[in-house]
Amino acid sequence: MADKMYKLPTPRVGGYSAEFYKYCRDHELRFQRCTGCGAWRHIPRDMCAKCGSFEFEWARSKGRGKVFSWTTARQPMMAQFAAHIPYSPVIVELDEGVRMVTWLTDVKPEELELGMPVEVVFDDVTPEVSLPKFRRVA
Amino acid sequence: MDTLKDKACIVGVGESAFTRGSGKTELRLMLEASLAAIGDAGLKPHDIDGIVGPPIGSVAEHFAANLGIEDLRFATTVHMGGASPVVSLQAAAMAIAGGVATNVLIPLGWNGYSSNPVRGGGARAETGEKPMPEPNPMMNTIGAFYLPYGATVPVQWYAWLATRHKHLYGTPFETMGAIAVNGRANAHLNEKAMMRGRPLTMDDYLAARWVSYPFRLYDCCLETDAAGAVVVTSAERARDLKHPPVYISGVAEGHPYPADDIPARPDPFVIGLSFAAPKAFAMAGVTHKDIDFLEVYDCFTYVVMLQIEAMGFCKRGEIKDFITPERIRLGGELPLNTHGGLLSEAHVWGINHIIEAARQLRHQCGPRQVKDAEIGLVTGWGDFGDGGLAILRR
Repeated sequence: MADKMYKLPTPRVGGYSAEFYKYCRDHELRFQRCTGCGAWRHIPRDMCAKCGSFEFEWARSKGRGKVFSWTTARQPMMAQFAAHIPYSPVIVELDEGVRMVTWLTDVKPEELELGMPVEVVFDDVTPEVSLPKFRRVA
Repeated sequence: MDTLKDKACIVGVGESAFTRGSGKTELRLMLEASLAAIGDAGLKPHDIDGIVGPPIGSVAEHFAANLGIEDLRFATTVHMGGASPVVSLQAAAMAIAGGVATNVLIPLGWNGYSSNPVRGGGARAETGEKPMPEPNPMMNTIGAFYLPYGATVPVQWYAWLATRHKHLYGTPFETMGAIAVNGRANAHLNEKAMMRGRPLTMDDYLAARWVSYPFRLYDCCLETDAAGAVVVTSAERARDLKHPPVYISGVAEGHPYPADDIPARPDPFVIGLSFAAPKAFAMAGVTHKDIDFLEVYDCFTYVVMLQIEAMGFCKRGEIKDFITPERIRLGGELPLNTHGGLLSEAHVWGINHIIEAARQLRHQCGPRQVKDAEIGLVTGWGDFGDGGLAILRR
């Protein structure tokens, strides 16, 4: 899958977001989990908003979840995405409770529905970057 | 709750020309609107001693330097995207009620068409002052977690809310269309409206091309080179100025939680206005039934619907029954976006909604005047769902 000609923008990262994608490179979907109260969180932050702790671990998600919402672009919002029209930025809610923006790899826009069960797959878009995407679970 | 009630008034409003291709800097457009608003108030530029600067295009200091304001006693900026103008009314009222400033200028504008790299052609031939853009709290989230999946613009972020709401509550496209068609009808009565004289029917709405599901073309606001400005002063001083004062009776801001990421919200339909609306109604001491007209920030049709539900005009999921062409038209029970809004007048970050509300309450709106208008409500929506509202009365 690795493609030096990958034309879409890759994540602009620093600090915690770089750590998130470092685990993705290893095909591990990990989110911050507070070691004080156990609450999962995403996007990554310094503090646990539930208990106030700064302490956390990068806990591995089982990678399964459900479609929470979506939109389907029928015109390119950025020129780089023109070849991918129509494409659907989907929000997936993981079983651990966190939600993230992603793409589904095998679902047409008109097939999308709330609650559709999905699981993570990793797309090695460049030698350095693997993006977490999701596919439908039967 | 009544600390700011009726302490400050809108006494001047004004705009630049609304165009697609201004050939001027954003600061220049805002300065032109500022002079119009200051003149409308019957004031001189040096009477301004407070500026709530725009979150884009310039900062308060540049306005003071251009307008010759030697003693700027109050300068701040509200960074809430399209909610900034309404929330700036709150900042102005706070400064005035606290005795910090007397006459506060709120300018906002942009080259919303010319600066668009696709449709505006990136035509930036104009010369003049061009300040550096300021960072926005959304940018970290977008760059790291939305950009790789192509979710980079508002029509997509707000579509996430609209799609979920639509599929949970079975809201038909015709509800969205009713807002687009209503705005267009009102624009025909507004000389400044970009879409004046260009009819829009429900059939046109439903037949239009998709932009990003569930939004079609006419769900989306215009892109305009335009600026507006508002002058706020104390209730006491307002009585001696040119026009009948428009009182800021209730005003509040609210932020969704968390404000910098949409997917993470425990309840995605709890938006900034959900927090702000009860405070503003309590401050003004009025109920929903007292509101004569609504000017609701209409970057996209569904965003209007989410705001009306969040403010409690109807229950969640019931917007499809609440929004009817008969209720929201001029002459209806609750006229909506009487100037045409961002959808059909111009995209001026919603400061045009404040300007329209003030003119309605002065009874200056001619063929689109809401009969006997006494109390109006204006909202702002910005960034990832920041909100503000002002309840204004004559």
